[in-house]
Amino acid sequence: MSIINLENISKVYQVGSEDVHALDGVSLKIDRNEYVAIMGPSGSGKSTLMNILGCLDTPTSGTYDLKGTDVSDMSDNELAEVRNREIGFVFQTFNLLPRATSFHNVELPLIYAGIGASRRRELAETALTSVGLKERMLHKPNELSGGQRQRVAVARALVIGPSIILADEPTGNLDSKTGEDIMSLFQEIYMQGNTIILVTHEEYIANHAKRVIRLLDGKIASDELVANPTVPQREK
Amino acid sequence: MRLHLFEWKEALLISLSAIRANKARSFLTMLGIVIGICSVALMATAINGIDKAFVNGVSALGADNLYIDKYAWFSNEDFFLMRNRKNLTMDQFEHFQKLAKLPLAVAPSILTMHKVIHENNYVEGTLMTGTTDSYLRTTNFNFARGRFFTALESNGARNVAVLGSELAAHLFEHQDPLSQEVKIDGIPFRVVGVLEKQGSNMLGNFNPDNQVYMPIGAVFKHFRRSRDTVTIVVRAPSTEMIPATTEEARGLMRRVRGLLYNEKDNFSINTQEGLTTEYNKVVGVIKLVGLFITGLSLLVGAIGIMNIMFVSVKERTREIGIRKAIGAKKRTILGQFLTEAAIICLIGGLVGLLLAVLLSMVINKFLPTSVQMDTVVLAVFISLLTGIVSGLAPAWTAAKMNPVEALRYE
Repeated sequence: MSIINLENISKVYQVGSEDVHALDGVSLKIDRNEYVAIMGPSGSGKSTLMNILGCLDTPTSGTYDLKGTDVSDMSDNELAEVRNREIGFVFQTFNLLPRATSFHNVELPLIYAGIGASRRRELAETALTSVGLKERMLHKPNELSGGQRQRVAVARALVIGPSIILADEPTGNLDSKTGEDIMSLFQEIYMQGNTIILVTHEEYIANHAKRVIRLLDGKIASDELVANPTVPQREK
Repeated sequence: MRLHLFEWKEALLISLSAIRANKARSFLTMLGIVIGICSVALMATAINGIDKAFVNGVSALGADNLYIDKYAWFSNEDFFLMRNRKNLTMDQFEHFQKLAKLPLAVAPSILTMHKVIHENNYVEGTLMTGTTDSYLRTTNFNFARGRFFTALESNGARNVAVLGSELAAHLFEHQDPLSQEVKIDGIPFRVVGVLEKQGSNMLGNFNPDNQVYMPIGAVFKHFRRSRDTVTIVVRAPSTEMIPATTEEARGLMRRVRGLLYNEKDNFSINTQEGLTTEYNKVVGVIKLVGLFITGLSLLVGAIGIMNIMFVSVKERTREIGIRKAIGAKKRTILGQFLTEAAIICLIGGLVGLLLAVLLSMVINKFLPTSVQMDTVVLAVFISLLTGIVSGLAPAWTAAKMNPVEALRYE
């Protein structure tokens, strides 16, 4: 059963007096434990698609079924709840709270979910341990390297056990070696049974996924399985 | 409910760290509230003090007193018509005293102002009340030293004087004034008593603390002509009896003054109530204006908070985006910024209050006052309210941000 089911999704922005169709009738199914890359040049609508998939935005028309629930018409607060429970974001610029420790950054989604302090502590520690940052729990982002920051972000995305991990150019701000490291982390997460959606414009990053969806001018141009996906080995 | 509690705790921690992260800015913003709350609290305290001084004064003079006088103290009657009334004489007073049944005590009084000297110390323009021994029963005076003058001294128009506490302290410094001599306009008077401090600064010269009391006969003998008008002080037996006592006094005075049924009163009966009404009329306006003006400084502080909160929201647009992306609801973000504004105001308010308490100790030298508990509670409440009201618009701006745009914000 597919975890994501987009049907005929359109998103229209008004720029001045003109309507811009960022997405134009996109239909898409993604199953549990898939590793999908979404590609496309800038202006192709991949950011818009990611925002809709991540419930940060709602489509102008069409339906979005997430785990059997229609989220295309939800209110802002309902969407906030869906984002909190079902979606783990990893951003290009990490987007950690600068004044908070790694631990607090990872704990934050749990606070918004209303989980008690001792359980929060347990979950956040497990998540940070799984990305190899147990020793950096009380460091603030500016005391961490880029790679470490992105791992904290991954831990934050994982901590609540979401249905989808949504990564937007997760290696865009990292050097290639560190980027490779993060990709191997995603590989591990995928192997543990998570669903990962990777938004990127770099071919070699997209090749880590098992399936690549290419967008062009707001439409799906191609949707095919990767013949021989890269499987990075994480340095231990 | 648990959910709210977490969010609130989180909001509190964020607010404190945001305030810490912008120390200088938070301090300057707080300063506006500090000054605002301090001035409002001081104004409230000063008003309390003025009221207290007034009430002290009125009760020292006897709150249930009537004053039968040639003039009405507070009225729109033509002053020149009143001036043409005949003077109230001592004969009329004695006649009235014989007839009056209701009053607890009746005494004549006449005022005069002179220089009082003791050795090298002197006070210019001291108010003196000439009266009889029964005057004491129209007041609530207590004595620090000695006594009031007796009927014998009063009837004999002896040169004896009772001094107010401040006057005595000024003239005698650390000496005991009892049985010593003061010179009033060069005439020697023996001090027989000193009053306890009454603390009724509002009454100015009329404050018993600054007065001299002496037999009315002595006043007529040395300072005033015997035809001069006197005031008859009448003490009603109780507050409830004031109207009845007033009515009796009016009837008797018409008889004493020989008025026909169709003639108007050629005297006035003044009450403390008139004084209180007049006081409230004048001071009430001053109070309102004072609180309004000091309230303006609080308003300026509140605008400062609002301004800085807008800046803070703008600066933290990205943070708001992140929080929303990982599941913060509108009310969470709203609460976060409201808490921040409220904390700034609360801290500012508490500091302002502390400052007000310290400053009121200085004011206490002039007015019998201190910061009251209700002022404290009110000031804390107002500062919290200021924070919430001025934080509302910026916090709402933050709460309704679109997460996509907020995340894109550089």
